[in-house]
Amino acid sequence: MAQYAILIYAHDSAHRLDATPEDTATCDAHSDELTSGGSLVLAYALTPRDMATSIRADAVTDGPFIDSKEVIAGFYVIEAPDLDAAIAIARTNPVVRDGGGVEIRPVHSGGFVQR
Amino acid sequence: MTEVEAALADAHRREWARVLAATARVARDLDLAEECVQEAYASAVTAWARTGVPDNPGAWLTTAAKRRAIDAIRRDAALRSRLPLLVVDDEEEPAHPEERDVEELSEAVPDERLRLIFVCCHPALAQEAQAALTLRLVCGLPVPDIARAFLVTEPTMAARITRAKKKIAIARIPYRVPRPADLPERLRAVLTVIHLLFTTGHTAPSGAALVRADLVDQAMHLARMLCSLLPDDTEARGLFALLLVTDARRATRVDEDGRLLRLKDQDRSRWDRAALAEADAMIVTSLRAAPPGRYVLQAAIASLYAEAPAYEQTDWPQLVALYDKLLQVWPSPVVALNRAVPLSMVAGPEAALAEVERLEGDERLSGYQYLPAIKADLLSRLGRPAEAAAAYRRAFDLAANEAERAFLAGQFAD
Repeated sequence: MAQYAILIYAHDSAHRLDATPEDTATCDAHSDELTSGGSLVLAYALTPRDMATSIRADAVTDGPFIDSKEVIAGFYVIEAPDLDAAIAIARTNPVVRDGGGVEIRPVHSGGFVQR
Repeated sequence: MTEVEAALADAHRREWARVLAATARVARDLDLAEECVQEAYASAVTAWARTGVPDNPGAWLTTAAKRRAIDAIRRDAALRSRLPLLVVDDEEEPAHPEERDVEELSEAVPDERLRLIFVCCHPALAQEAQAALTLRLVCGLPVPDIARAFLVTEPTMAARITRAKKKIAIARIPYRVPRPADLPERLRAVLTVIHLLFTTGHTAPSGAALVRADLVDQAMHLARMLCSLLPDDTEARGLFALLLVTDARRATRVDEDGRLLRLKDQDRSRWDRAALAEADAMIVTSLRAAPPGRYVLQAAIASLYAEAPAYEQTDWPQLVALYDKLLQVWPSPVVALNRAVPLSMVAGPEAALAEVERLEGDERLSGYQYLPAIKADLLSRLGRPAEAAAAYRRAFDLAANEAERAFLAGQFAD
């Protein structure tokens, strides 16, 4: 088994602070699906692009680091035996059929910090 | 060439992919597998000179290469435990290859070349890397030759291949034939790579010679291999038929001075009739078997062009009908453009010109030299020589192949 991070690229995150359960229903349903499938290791939904702050050597600016049509709306880590299995899981993300997409990155190392 | 040299050259051409594919499964490392297979071929030079060429050179080479792989695994066990290994399915993997007998490992195994082909043409690899990896691992072409074929330096090509192999190991691209549900999509990637190798060789995108024969031969070899490995796949057969028909005209595409000849000016008596007949038989059975896909239809079109005893006797209405079908399964602007040629014979150059002018608005064709070339031909048939010359000039500016440029230059100089 290996771990793969999946980065969600969407026009924006549906997770506004005032988002209703209806607004995030698709994301939640997918998250439930992955959890019950046993492949999900961890998952984070991020707030919309308006909330992003970017930092470079010369400045701190408002907005995502890369100015593009899509932003990273969230990310999660799954466990899969190989890349084909990871692709099969990642392509079920609803964003793929909704004008966005996902990027799969094999995890090198990491995890929660013991405190 | 001595008997051993001839046998080795033959075994390289015929058996390389099979030997490497089997060794890769044991080595679980493409670099190690490659190294072992190379050493096996090298050791055959002296061994075969001493004992004679074995009855089954492929089996001899496979055993030799696997033995080397197992030795290396034993020797470098500590190092290997830290390396990402090729993902091989458990049920097929020998539990402890270092403890198994070599003879046992070299028993008849199902053909593993498909696995190797699918790993090389995995969509997670860049297409240029897929093509390079296929030439290196499946065809056994040396890196300098691959670099030359793609007009890049040797270090650039070596780096490209190394990077692809690293990704296969680290991202865990599995050494496996895709499951049936994924097969059509994955097969499309394989067919695309073979087609790309062929077209790159057939009209070398730049440089002096029109045909880079080594690439064409490797693509034909791959297409034939794929057909034998997937005998029921109509698109694999369609691609092979397409390559056969196109290549059957290889000898007549340029004149004695290397100048490009148009289809209508080519000497049809010099076309390879045996290849055309082989392709035709495949096309007929494929068309009957299933709703035809892109390659079967392209092959049918190429074959129909080649079938006519003379250019003027080509079955133009049937061609337009085939192009219409092709546009349904593959709505490419290039196909729409090529359709304008038979359309001009059925509905007249005026109607075809209108179609070409409509396609000029498609930005995907903006740098495509065949659009102004086809337009120029239509304009000249309509008696508009000045506009035709300007269009030939534009095609000339876009073309990079010397033989094509010389042909186009001749057209606007007239």
